[in-house]
Amino acid sequence: MSFPEIKKSPLTANEHNLNDYQNTCKDFNWQVAQHHLAGNDKQLNITYEAVDRHVDEGFGEQIAIRWLSKQSQQKDISYAELKDQTSRFANILERFAIKSSDTVFGLCNRVPQLYIALLGTLKFGAVFSPLFSAFGPEPIRSRMEIGQARVLITSEALYRKKVMPWRDQLSSLELVLLYNASDNLPENCYDIDALLSRSSADFPARLCPPEQLALVHFTSGTTGKPKGAMHVHQAVLYHSISGFYALDLKPGDRYWCTADPGWVTGTSYGIIAPLCNRVCMIIDEAEFDVEHWYQLLSEQKINVWYTAPTAIRMLMKAGEEVAKKYDLSALRFIASVGEPLNPEAVVWGQKAFGIPFHDNWWQSETGGIMIANFASTAVRPGSMGKPLPGIEVAIMQKQKDGSIKPATAANEIGELALKKGWPSMFRGYLNEELRYQKCFIGDWYLTGDLAMCDNDGYYWFVGRADDVIKSSGHLIGPFEVESVLMEDPAVAEVAVIGLPDEIAGEVVKAFVALKPGHQADQALAKKLLGHARKRLGPAVAPRQIVFRQNLPKTRSGKIMRRLLKARELGLPEGDISTLESDEA
Amino acid sequence: MDTKQLRELILTELCNIAPEIEKDEVPDDQDFREALELDSMDFLSLVIAVSQQTKVNIPEVDYPKVLTLNDMINYINNN
Repeated sequence: MSFPEIKKSPLTANEHNLNDYQNTCKDFNWQVAQHHLAGNDKQLNITYEAVDRHVDEGFGEQIAIRWLSKQSQQKDISYAELKDQTSRFANILERFAIKSSDTVFGLCNRVPQLYIALLGTLKFGAVFSPLFSAFGPEPIRSRMEIGQARVLITSEALYRKKVMPWRDQLSSLELVLLYNASDNLPENCYDIDALLSRSSADFPARLCPPEQLALVHFTSGTTGKPKGAMHVHQAVLYHSISGFYALDLKPGDRYWCTADPGWVTGTSYGIIAPLCNRVCMIIDEAEFDVEHWYQLLSEQKINVWYTAPTAIRMLMKAGEEVAKKYDLSALRFIASVGEPLNPEAVVWGQKAFGIPFHDNWWQSETGGIMIANFASTAVRPGSMGKPLPGIEVAIMQKQKDGSIKPATAANEIGELALKKGWPSMFRGYLNEELRYQKCFIGDWYLTGDLAMCDNDGYYWFVGRADDVIKSSGHLIGPFEVESVLMEDPAVAEVAVIGLPDEIAGEVVKAFVALKPGHQADQALAKKLLGHARKRLGPAVAPRQIVFRQNLPKTRSGKIMRRLLKARELGLPEGDISTLESDEA
Repeated sequence: MDTKQLRELILTELCNIAPEIEKDEVPDDQDFREALELDSMDFLSLVIAVSQQTKVNIPEVDYPKVLTLNDMINYINNN
């Protein structure tokens, strides 16, 4: 099955922020882009750009956050109220003598206090590090230890369960702020809601040098401890323009980013970028549910929706007829991130919503979307798209002497590399300078992802550098194999790994989870194998297919191939703190 | 095991390795690899599977003697 390019009408290009991709890229320079911000190249503040600026410019009454509670209550927070609340939070930090070098950790559900704390911390000029609230105590502790947490904001329930038992062992932690607090506060804790109500609403955003540390996002490596990717205030320039170009955000848009702010997407594109572009952000406290999601898209008249492949595939499983029951005519742009979106899902967007999903690519380290399918440009299903204006991308081949050389021909597989210098590039891994330096060769950041670029400049994800399989001299991208297996209507999820083989070096093994109602038997395994062989040829297709009820996934929905591989080989499982659902 | 059974056994193993192949499309006297687009790993897997099922060892040096369906049947019968 091939997926034809999805063309866009040139007549509608002017409706989008990025209306002329080629010329915008050609003419782009960072000095001009700086005009998107109120701040300058000497001093700026993320929260000023995201919140206070809009109030100063007369848009204080516009809704910044529409929060939908689990109980379906709706609470609107205007830009003026958000300015007020974030100032109150900054004043609390001031009162407790927090310094700008201190780090505030957030361990929160999707509640307004989280947004207030993050933006208030940045307004104050200190550092914020979000944690995923579904983490167990161990990954919370390891991250707070690495980050030398001085302040923690969390709920009383989360605190009692996941932090209180070991709090005394983290000597750096001085201030614990609890929301949803009871009258019976735990020892050495404060009720953040009470403090906010008493605090002064006067706190001008502190202007910071562009290189001042603002955010730390933890990410997992193949081996070793979690890495804290460091981002600075200057990153806001990139958040702002990437939201403008890649997500086509316009002032007043109803925008829903389904990513949890415990992860980088939920921060860069769930808080900062949308607010910089003065949209109305919808925040849904509830968890995924098919009908609930369609209802929200319809009732809230969402214009721009940024979600993830796992969710999209779950919606697909339920069938597009469910989508048809709802009025989704307000949707203008839908995008996906987290792992490459299989072409079936890109195209399925057209069936269900009348528009394709627009996949894009970036990492915690890049701070923002680097490569994207844009609203105005043709979509090639399965491709991550083209580089954003201002971003220089190359496919690099590592040489024997340790140097790198750009690929000379189209469709050559190599490591995806980014020319350093964009504003949201990470400035280090916390306390791990060597690990940071290893990510760069010369002027290039090596992403660890393998990709190729076609004749027309579209980039295609091939796999992680360490997930790629070399079999009988052929370099095999797991994603390519997985995508073909995904084409079978019985298949819900696939992970493909390389297993050591005496003869071939490695052979491809596929782990397949089926949709409900399908029988995992020999006949189906043979059918899938036959299909893959037909589509890919024997050199690339799996040699073995086994069934699982479920595949191990991270919180953000990435299937953990390396964990499957480690288990197959009886090796240590490594860091599994991001594991959300395990195989069965 | 008579020739007919042996033929059926080889075809079954072949279709386990390459399920896209229909048994009736396997030629009697043409190189498996060319006719059916098998690669070297497939062929190796076939040889190993047939060896195990028939308890007839096929050493590597003899691989050229078992490249077609009829040759493989004859080889097993003669050993």
